[in-house]
Amino acid sequence: MALTRWWSRGERLAGKPSGALLAVEPQEWLGVATDVAAAGGQLLALWATRYPDCSPAALVRAAYLVDGGLLVAQLPVADPAHRYRGLQELYPAAARMQRAAADLTGILSDAADRRPWLRHAAWAPDQHPLSAPPPIPAAPAVDDYAFVRVEGEGVHEIAVGPVHAGIIEPGHFRFSVVGEKVLKLEERLGYVHKGIERRFTELPLLDGHRLAARVSGDSAVAYAWAYCQALEGMTGTAVPPRALWLRALCLELERVQNHLGDLGALGNDAGFAFGLAQFSRLKEELTRAIGATLGQRYLLDAVVPGGVAVDLQDQAARTLAVVLARTSSRVRELHAIYDDHAGVRDRFAGAGRVEPELAQRLGLIGLAGRASGQGSDLRVDSPWPPYHVITPKLCMRRDGDVAARVAVRFDEVEESCRLARALLSELPGGALAAPVPAAVAAPLGVGVIEGWRGPVLVALESREPGRIHRCHAHDPSWQNWPVIEHAVMGNIVPDFPLINKSFNLSYSGHDL
Amino acid sequence: MTPLRIVTQLLEIAAALIAAPAFLGWVNQCRAWLQNRRAPSVLQPYYGLRKLFGKDVILAENASALFRFAPYAVFGTMVAAAAIIPSMGTGLPLSTAADAIALVGLLATARVFVSLAAMDVGTAFGTLGARREMMVGFLAEPALLMVLFVAAMISHTTSLPLIAEGLTTRALALYPSLAFTAVAFTLVLLAENARIPVDNPATHLELTMIHEAMLLEYSGRHLAMMEWAAALKLFNYACIGFALFIPWGTGTEAGGPAALMLAAPLLALKLAVAGAGLAVVETLSAKLRVFRAPEFLATAFLLAVLGLLVYLLLGA
Repeated sequence: MALTRWWSRGERLAGKPSGALLAVEPQEWLGVATDVAAAGGQLLALWATRYPDCSPAALVRAAYLVDGGLLVAQLPVADPAHRYRGLQELYPAAARMQRAAADLTGILSDAADRRPWLRHAAWAPDQHPLSAPPPIPAAPAVDDYAFVRVEGEGVHEIAVGPVHAGIIEPGHFRFSVVGEKVLKLEERLGYVHKGIERRFTELPLLDGHRLAARVSGDSAVAYAWAYCQALEGMTGTAVPPRALWLRALCLELERVQNHLGDLGALGNDAGFAFGLAQFSRLKEELTRAIGATLGQRYLLDAVVPGGVAVDLQDQAARTLAVVLARTSSRVRELHAIYDDHAGVRDRFAGAGRVEPELAQRLGLIGLAGRASGQGSDLRVDSPWPPYHVITPKLCMRRDGDVAARVAVRFDEVEESCRLARALLSELPGGALAAPVPAAVAAPLGVGVIEGWRGPVLVALESREPGRIHRCHAHDPSWQNWPVIEHAVMGNIVPDFPLINKSFNLSYSGHDL
Repeated sequence: MTPLRIVTQLLEIAAALIAAPAFLGWVNQCRAWLQNRRAPSVLQPYYGLRKLFGKDVILAENASALFRFAPYAVFGTMVAAAAIIPSMGTGLPLSTAADAIALVGLLATARVFVSLAAMDVGTAFGTLGARREMMVGFLAEPALLMVLFVAAMISHTTSLPLIAEGLTTRALALYPSLAFTAVAFTLVLLAENARIPVDNPATHLELTMIHEAMLLEYSGRHLAMMEWAAALKLFNYACIGFALFIPWGTGTEAGGPAALMLAAPLLALKLAVAGAGLAVVETLSAKLRVFRAPEFLATAFLLAVLGLLVYLLLGA
């Protein structure tokens, strides 16, 4: 098989277990991508890094999830003005990642779409925040973005956002509609670009996990763990078992918290406010129990390099297990109510359908992917400790509509409650953290953790001791935002909020 | 025109103006309780109105005079409607000016003003809301007219106070035709007052709104007038329902001031029960897809027609 050639040529990658780093020549770059696609793999992330006064001047890296492993292809770009071969034909999700890389580093792909993505009008086209911080403009220029127009009899546009009627994150949605039917949706994101990747380069290597946890607040544990996995791989730190068990517990608790919030919000968006009230109560009860036992209501600072910053006494573990058991049984009751309610079912079923074939072609991943028959969950496919011991069950549906995404959430809440209780009952003793050596054995480390939304990747690079040269944080929202544009096609305009909520993608984690 | 008639008329208008926000507050309170939430005060809509009246009006640059005039027109029509609906007494001097059919026209006038004002500024949401409002309106009006026709045929008059009086003073009898029309009327009430399952008054999702989408550009006292008018509309619909289906206790002219005194607490009781019932319906249902609204209102129309047929065939 063509792919084995690349696996055997790759070096061991620090961080994610079963990862390989493959240095490719420009003529091989597309070949690797093609072979991965042929093997049913997916592009997870694509990012560029500049190396001032070095050769090559820049590297473009593409991380693929294939064969249950992570293959990182690394392409040297000798001349920053040279355009590398874009991957958008093989992986449609690559288009926006390439545009973002161009905005931040100035390394351009040869794709036809040259519109900026993360750059609005805050800095000039010839400035690149990851090369040199752009000056703050005195008066912000007007952002002029060329949306794709739909022509035809009776077609008109509805522009929604970035400021919405409720308190939600900013994003602009341009609908082309006929009557109530959506012909086309085009997204414009980047309104919450905060310069996170630039800020990483100013932080000490051992402090970056705190910023990583704040890339997208709903996936704090996933990001912090991915950062620490990369860092621990680079420094050769062995994390004590108790810390790994507690990290997994935090990850599952975060998943349950988010799913409970989403299930309530989905009911509310279907006009079923009863669901919101019930799920909000369940989420708050769990959040309070987490706050009382682990010391943090939301686990923003639970995962630290070398281990964890939280601990559980036996009594607290029992309390948490009781709350989880109760949550699980209440959720089962509410599941029955959602399933039996004709009005709710009518709203959920068939709305925003993404067929498995389309999902495969567009690279839909994570929770939304599992609702469209994409049976990939890193905890199942390539389990890392402690998931190799407690073995999660894969929750999957094939319908790909809002109802399927709701069903996967219901299944995963139950499964995560079960996993969390299993982790609590088998919690090993020992140290909470291992010391992290200052010296870095490998300059590049990549951590990948299956967060509640999907796989979260953090690529960490250090060239001077204790300093971060580049830290790229990748959210699964990059893959799934473009799929929403397809999911709403042919649906009616007032169903969009429900479809959007069923994906519940991150703006902050995407805009960085 | 006796002094009692004038007092009744003034009392009715004052009661509508004062009680309408409280009725809305009561419905919201019941909804909150049914959803296991802590409820806001029944006075919350008044606080909202006071806040809005205290705020400056911000107008879109291209807003025309129509946009500024519409809140007063809508509020005015709702007050006029309240004046001819017998909520406490049937001796209403103004009711000779308009019968039940003119009342439907009055409500339609308000709808036209809201919709025109929504399109005036030219934002996508206003037009979206106006379009949906007109769709709901043209389906709901025939159903409402049918409901009124059944009651008019039973009472041999189209004047609402006389219908109410006729139904009160008649010997207690069961009208199967009115049972059908009562269900039809409830469906129309839900659709016309932007309640779940047709519209969601509590949503923040601008793409799903009907009534709220039309008010997005309003602020300050204009918005206060519009919201007060919406509360009045709900109150008016409830009172139309009482006049047609549970008119007992409404003060007739023959009853004198004593009947009027008794009618006030009875109205409060009816509103309390109706509000709680509305909250139950809203809590148990989810919002319909927009394109299910025609089916919903077609059901209302069908039920009203059934009521008419039942009356024609059975004479009851």
